Amino acid sequence: MITEALIVSAILFVIGVVGVLTRRNAIILFMCAELMLNAVNLSFVAFAKMHNVTGHVFVIMVMSIAAAEAAVGLAIIISIFRHFGTVDLSKLRTLRG
Amino acid sequence: MTGFFEFQFYLFGLLAVVSALLFVTRKNPVPAALWLVNVMFALAGLYVMLDAPFVSAIQVLVYAGAIMVVFVFVVMLLNLGKHELSDLRSLGARLGAGFMGIALLANLLVAQRNKLPRIASAPQSDNVVEPVAASLFTDYLVAFELTSIVLLVAVVGAVLLAKKRVQA
Repeated sequence: MITEALIVSAILFVIGVVGVLTRRNAIILFMCAELMLNAVNLSFVAFAKMHNVTGHVFVIMVMSIAAAEAAVGLAIIISIFRHFGTVDLSKLRTLRG
Repeated sequence: MTGFFEFQFYLFGLLAVVSALLFVTRKNPVPAALWLVNVMFALAGLYVMLDAPFVSAIQVLVYAGAIMVVFVFVVMLLNLGKHELSDLRSLGARLGAGFMGIALLANLLVAQRNKLPRIASAPQSDNVVEPVAASLFTDYLVAFELTSIVLLVAVVGAVLLAKKRVQA
């Protein structure tokens, strides 16, 4: 059962990475990052079943950091949208020389 | 009994993967966010199967309840979704995505070949929060306290970043 959980975790992580690589909408990219964090959480819980409860502590840490990251990241996205009028990452090329 | 358990485990795993695929293929951010909520719920079910009911509860509360609401709220605030043009990147990034798929296949092959030992499930006690809390408030106390500082900084930073600029 742990193997199956790890396989689901790997599939979810790769779906998240593929989303980050192929999409240009900043909000979708953030959601893909959340999906990757969730995949890692699933791995932590599976290994916690195998070893001890420390994995659950790690999951709680990851969740709180994810909440902080979502708040700050979405505030940055709102700020970018106010400034440029778009969240399409390919149109934000101010730093691209 | 174990057959039913296995069936439910595979059901939730399949639900998570299918919802994630639907999530990453939506163009409009709002259906994408709702499919992602579905992924979170399926993962909460998997956590229950893996003897982690407390983590499952906070998964529903924090992820499905709080973080995704913030996402949907921001989508509403930005009023996106009018331009339905494809937001796919150029060929290079898609090639990179293909390589990630190959890496996933390799990973799955390795996972299939090296079966992890089947661990007998520890006897379930009614007290599911206490072991986590004991570990969190003794061994990882410093990390726990630092998390509170991180959350404080995030709250202040979010307010500061998202507020309207006042002309100085």
